[in-house]
Amino acid sequence: MKDLAEAALNAAQVKGASYADVRLDERVQQDVTVKNGQLAAVSDDASEGLGVRVLVDGAWGFAGSARLSTSEVQEVVDRAIRIARASARARSAPVDLGPPVTSRGHYRTPVERDPFTVPLTEKVELLLRADQAMASVKGVTIREGSMEFIKQKKIFASTEGAYTEQELFESGAGIEATATSPDEVQNRSYPNSFGRHQGAGGYEYISALQLDRHGQRIGEEAVKLLSAPQCPSGVKTLILDASQVALQVHESCGHPTELDRVFGMEAAYAGTSFMTPEKLNHLRYGSPKVTITADALTPAGLGTFGWDDEGVPAQRSFLIQDGLFVGYLTSRETASVLGQQSNGTMRADGWNRIPLIRMTNVSLQPGDSTLEQMIAETKDGVYMETNRSWSIDDKRLNFQFGTQLAYEILNGKRGRMLKNATYAGITPEFWNSCDAVAGKSEWQVWGLANCGKGQPPQVAHVAHGAAPTRFQNVKVGILK
Amino acid sequence: MKSIEVARLTEESELKRFMNGLLERSPAQQTEVMVSEWDSALTRFANNGIHQNVAERDVSVRVRVVKNGKTGVAAINQMTESAAADVLSRAVAIADLQPKGEVVPMPGPAKSRPVDAWSDATASVTPEERADFVEAICAKARRAGLKAFGAYSTGAEQLAIANSLGVFHHLLSTKASVNSVVMGESGSGYADRSAIDVRELDKDDLADEVIDKAQRNQNAQPIEPGVYEVVLEEYAVAEMLEFMSFTGFSALAAQEERSFMRLGERITGESVNIWDDGLDPSGVPTSFDFEGVPKQKVQLITQGVASGLVYDMETAQRAGRQSTGHGLPAPNTEGPFAVNLFMAPGGTPKADLISDIKRGIWVTRFWYVRVVHPKTSIITGMTREGTFLIENGRITRPVKDLRFTQSMLGALDGTLAISRSTKLQISEYLGASRVPAVRLKAFTFTS
Repeated sequence: MKDLAEAALNAAQVKGASYADVRLDERVQQDVTVKNGQLAAVSDDASEGLGVRVLVDGAWGFAGSARLSTSEVQEVVDRAIRIARASARARSAPVDLGPPVTSRGHYRTPVERDPFTVPLTEKVELLLRADQAMASVKGVTIREGSMEFIKQKKIFASTEGAYTEQELFESGAGIEATATSPDEVQNRSYPNSFGRHQGAGGYEYISALQLDRHGQRIGEEAVKLLSAPQCPSGVKTLILDASQVALQVHESCGHPTELDRVFGMEAAYAGTSFMTPEKLNHLRYGSPKVTITADALTPAGLGTFGWDDEGVPAQRSFLIQDGLFVGYLTSRETASVLGQQSNGTMRADGWNRIPLIRMTNVSLQPGDSTLEQMIAETKDGVYMETNRSWSIDDKRLNFQFGTQLAYEILNGKRGRMLKNATYAGITPEFWNSCDAVAGKSEWQVWGLANCGKGQPPQVAHVAHGAAPTRFQNVKVGILK
Repeated sequence: MKSIEVARLTEESELKRFMNGLLERSPAQQTEVMVSEWDSALTRFANNGIHQNVAERDVSVRVRVVKNGKTGVAAINQMTESAAADVLSRAVAIADLQPKGEVVPMPGPAKSRPVDAWSDATASVTPEERADFVEAICAKARRAGLKAFGAYSTGAEQLAIANSLGVFHHLLSTKASVNSVVMGESGSGYADRSAIDVRELDKDDLADEVIDKAQRNQNAQPIEPGVYEVVLEEYAVAEMLEFMSFTGFSALAAQEERSFMRLGERITGESVNIWDDGLDPSGVPTSFDFEGVPKQKVQLITQGVASGLVYDMETAQRAGRQSTGHGLPAPNTEGPFAVNLFMAPGGTPKADLISDIKRGIWVTRFWYVRVVHPKTSIITGMTREGTFLIENGRITRPVKDLRFTQSMLGALDGTLAISRSTKLQISEYLGASRVPAVRLKAFTFTS
């Protein structure tokens, strides 16, 4: 593999590239799904290939192929070079990558139990036990549980002398119970929604979730939701559980601080950002309770690695510090425009895609409150838990989220269960209304394995540390 | 130089030999092989210049085996003898290791109607041609004092499915798509085009539409949220149809009581007719599904009445009927999917849809649509790149983008007029829709 990388870099230089990098990527993925007491799907996918990115005449070209032969490598390089020359016919300013990156080394996700050595029967039995727990609840009409495991070997090499090897592991699992009536479909899932809770690690990550101990509870909640009252509409105090805060951070802080979006590089697809450069170090993004970091060193985070896909070392930086907007997620190309150096967030979702600025582990730092205390201090509010729907505008300002479960809060006490709860707001107004964040004991890293961006589309696996958080004067309950 | 860019796909005879070899060596009672191979390129532009420009060549070989009443699926992205042996052994190992479960039946051989989804012109577009196409859009934007952003892609693909019951289907297809956002100092416009044959993409026509929209959409002012009469352009209608397909048109959604479809009941206005037809050449035709079942036309909503659902092998078995040819690749727990959608045109010229509207909103497209309540078909999302106020039969000014939270069936129940023309919208992921623009009596904007 190393020989192919060197051959690609040599060929690119000979053919006129001022810079080139090559990524060789080998990935296996196993998915297991149990549905309604039956093993519904098991698949085992393997993919390998190489991608070559070149700069010629100040413009980018990229080509990738699944065929790993010497002759194919030459063809891929030829194609990338030709594409770069074509780009140069219609480029704007020449690309400036800033100082060279010469990282070298090896990184492996810390893994206690390699998930690919765990027998399939053990995985299926755990999912079936969780399924039976959900089935014990009368009224649950659909039960589903799934696991996903990924092992990826990546080699990155560049003409600047960088050469890194990484072996990354991910493990994830989740269960969901659905109850239906003629007018309603209600779901409850654990630990998170939309399939799974996923992290960088081995099978120990799955064992710690104790899926089978939560099946009955979520089944009961799904059935109870069918007859629960609708979440009332109004302006209220809102308390979010940690998993919903994680998604809120993702959509309203992670994406708008991606510097490629700010520069319009995603304008025709994912959109732009309201967090433009003149606001850096000036915008009061949130209240002093709000500090958000990007940290690719967070244990078990899906955005944890040794180096990004430009060879920049994993690192920690501040995006929001005590409410003030202080930093972006950057690449070499975009950071140099601001006179900065990349903070290492460029990742591709495979050998056949170019790296883009992606969130690493973008986390709301813990505060000093507790969920219990937040509820006790609230006169008229709603507590919402586990995401059900999410939508935000192309500048990342106007959002609306819905959750699976909600409870009314009256005079410091948790009251009735509410269904179809939603809340809406404008990003800086919302974060400036934050008046309490729970502390470390309730802070958790939430994996999010479905972050879409780019053309052709790419899916990134990212994570967010979050704890229960409270906001004041929020519009809740759009759905009557 | 042109030859290097002609899409390189494996010859059909070689593909067939590879797939047959795999079927012959399988120790399972039933085996299915699906091969998807593609060679595609995409040129992306921002701020009037190319900033990303990529190409890829890849293949997926997916094997499903049924052995002793147990199913295993494995995939690999190589088409060599050793890869065939590897993927087959992994699929068999998965089947051997698992408890006995329900088996999704494989279809037997059935003749599929041939369709033409290939264009040599699309398969041989060069990087220089893509760059020149993009530059033409950027140049027009530059001359208008605006900035262009977007992506222009061309690609060729082949899909083949064979199984041990004697099924073999093969389809070659091409696709060319361009989308563009053009921005001024205080607003933007949007346009896109898609076709099987790249020669149908008219860069001047696209640039004129998006620049005109951007110029008219400057200095938008906010408008009070509420219920408005609306005109939805084809971009928005296609997205709404995709969400209807996703939440309601699948037999699995109906069997699991998640669907809004109440068969035999009127669920929209009487002028609404929606169907799925994989064989219609005015869409993106495909003659078979991912299980190897020939495509059938399915009438979904007929004169406002819920009239049909799409089936795959599993849901068809459960319902005691035949698959309609809407299966997804194995292993699939999502159910069948209608991916060749059509909405019938009406009799009104698109420009006349606003003529009787006293006060309403013109919506170019939707953004970030999500399902809020599947059973009542409520979705939420934003308008984007061209939202205008209609007063007394004409567009009077741009308005700031709005969030909507609206039942799709409720919106279509108030269908007042449908455009005579339709537009092909190729989905980013799977399939395509051919839809008109519509005038709807009531649409709820919430912020």
